[in-house]
Amino acid sequence: MEEIKLMKGNEAIAHAAIRCGTDGYFGYPITPQSEVMETLMDEAPWNTTGMVVLQAESEVAAINMVYGGAACGKKVMTSSSSPGMSLKQEGVSYIAGAELPCLLVNVMRGGPGLGTIQPSQADYFQTVKGGGHGDYRLITLAPSTVQEMADFVDLGFELAFRYNNPAMILADGIVGQMMEKVVLPPFKPRRTNDEVRKQCPWGTMGKTDDRERNIITSLALEADVMEATNNRLQAKYRIIEEKEVLFEEQNCEDADYVFVAFGSAARLCGNAMDALREQGFKVGLLRPITLWPFPTKRIAELAQKAKGFMSVELSAGQMVEDVRLAVNGKVPVTFHGRMGGNIPSAEEIIEKFKENFNLK
Amino acid sequence: MKKEIIIAGFGGQGVLSMGKILAYSGLLEGKEVTWMPAYGPEQRGGTANVTVQISDKKISSPILKFYDIAIVLNQPSMDKFEERVKPGGILIYDSNGMTRKPTRKDISVYCIDATDKAIEMGAQKTFNMIVVGGLLKADPMVKTENVMLALKKSLPERHHKLLPANEEAMKVGMEIIKKEN
Repeated sequence: MEEIKLMKGNEAIAHAAIRCGTDGYFGYPITPQSEVMETLMDEAPWNTTGMVVLQAESEVAAINMVYGGAACGKKVMTSSSSPGMSLKQEGVSYIAGAELPCLLVNVMRGGPGLGTIQPSQADYFQTVKGGGHGDYRLITLAPSTVQEMADFVDLGFELAFRYNNPAMILADGIVGQMMEKVVLPPFKPRRTNDEVRKQCPWGTMGKTDDRERNIITSLALEADVMEATNNRLQAKYRIIEEKEVLFEEQNCEDADYVFVAFGSAARLCGNAMDALREQGFKVGLLRPITLWPFPTKRIAELAQKAKGFMSVELSAGQMVEDVRLAVNGKVPVTFHGRMGGNIPSAEEIIEKFKENFNLK
Repeated sequence: MKKEIIIAGFGGQGVLSMGKILAYSGLLEGKEVTWMPAYGPEQRGGTANVTVQISDKKISSPILKFYDIAIVLNQPSMDKFEERVKPGGILIYDSNGMTRKPTRKDISVYCIDATDKAIEMGAQKTFNMIVVGGLLKADPMVKTENVMLALKKSLPERHHKLLPANEEAMKVGMEIIKKEN
C-alpha cells in the first residue's frame, strides 16, 4: 500500500499531477497557490516522466499555452488564485468553445480586485456561471480535504477528456494551505503520441494522409454555424448534468434543517452540525462535490421533508442562489457567510443558524 | 482522544515547523491530523500561528475558535489566545519578552523559559524542540520516539546530523517546564 504522507493541499495537487501522467503544467505564481508550481519545480518531473513544467510570463500566456497543449490532445493544466484566474477567463472561454479538455485549478482568495491573500469562496459565480463570455460551462470539482485535492486531479482530467471540456478544481486558501494525511494516487505513465492520437483523433498532432486537416477553433462567423456549435455544447452539458453530479451527505436522512456548503465551508459546518445535534437539533449537511453540475435534484428531494436550508459560504452568498432554485420556494433557504478572508467559527454558524430559523 | 492546539509566536521562531512535527507524530501513531497555518500577511518579526489537531476520529473544521492547549511565545499571542483556551485546558508560555503573566485561573498554566535556555545551550535553533519537550511533559499526547521519527522524516537528510541536538533539546524542555497554576 502507498505510504500515508503529510502535506499541503497545493503540494498534493502537484504530486497528483505528476502521478496521473500529466503532459504539461503552465502557471504563474500567486498566493495562496504558489506551492503547486514550487512543488512541481522541486520534483522536476521533466527528468522522470517528461512532464513539462513552465512558469509563463503571465497568466494570459499560461492559459494560452494550455489552449495550445490541449489542442494537441495533451493532458495539460494550469493553476492560479482568484485575480490570476480572472486574467485567464478569455482563454477559458476559448478552450470551452473549441471543446478541448484541460484541468484548471483555482485556490481562491478574497476579492474583488487584488483583494487579500486569505481564503474565500467568492469565485463561485465566476466558475459556475461563466467568468468568460458565451454560453459555456466548466465541470467544477470542490475539494474539502487534502486527499480530495490529490484525487480530483485525475478525476478532473478524466471528466475533461470524457466530455472534451475544461474541468476546474475550485479550492480555497484553507484547503490549499492546510496539511493533512494523504495517500497519493498510483503512478500512471504519460500516454505515448500514438495513444494520444487514438484517444484524441481531433487533435492537431500533425496531418496524416488518411484524413483531412484537423481544425481547432472557437470562431464561426455564420450565425447558423455558431448556433449549431452552441446546440452541440448545450446537449453535452445536459448529459453532464444528468450523469456527473457528485455530493456527500451527513445526517440528512432525518434532518429538519440542512446545511449546504462546499469545500472548506463544509468542514466548518461539520463542527456546527455535530454541536447542534448534541443540543437536540436534527441538522444534516449536504456538501456538493460538483458545483456544476449542481446536486439540484437531491436538494429538491430533501426539500420535500426538511423545514429549512442554510447555505454557508466564504462569500456574500453565491451558491445560495442555486440552493434557492433547487428548493423552489418550498421551505426557507437562509444564508451565512463571511468575506474578505475571514472565516466563520462553528460557534458563529450555530448562532446564525438559530437566528435564521428562530430557534433557541 | 482529541487535541486541539494553537501554537503562536513571532515569525521565525519555528512555530509552523513545531506544529508540523506534532502533526507528523500524530500521523505516525495512526491518528487523524490537521495542520492549518494563519498564512496572512505575516512576516519575519510579525506574528505567526498554526492550529494543529490530533484525533482518533475524522476532523471536521481545520480552524477553531477555542483550544485545549495554547502555546504562546510572545505577548500579542498571549493577549489573543489566553482567553480562547477551553476551561480546564492548558496554556504554555515563554516568559521571554512578556510584559505580564497569564491571568486565567480555570486552566493549567505552564511557563517554559525556552528562549533563555536555548541561548544558554548555544543552540538557538533548537528553541522550538525545547518547547515541544515542555508540551509533551504537560500533556504526553504523542510518544517522544515518534516525535524524533517525525523530525527525521520532515528534515532533509543533510540536516540529520542535527537530530541528536534536537533530541537533547526536547529532553531539556521536559526538565525546565514549570507548572504555575
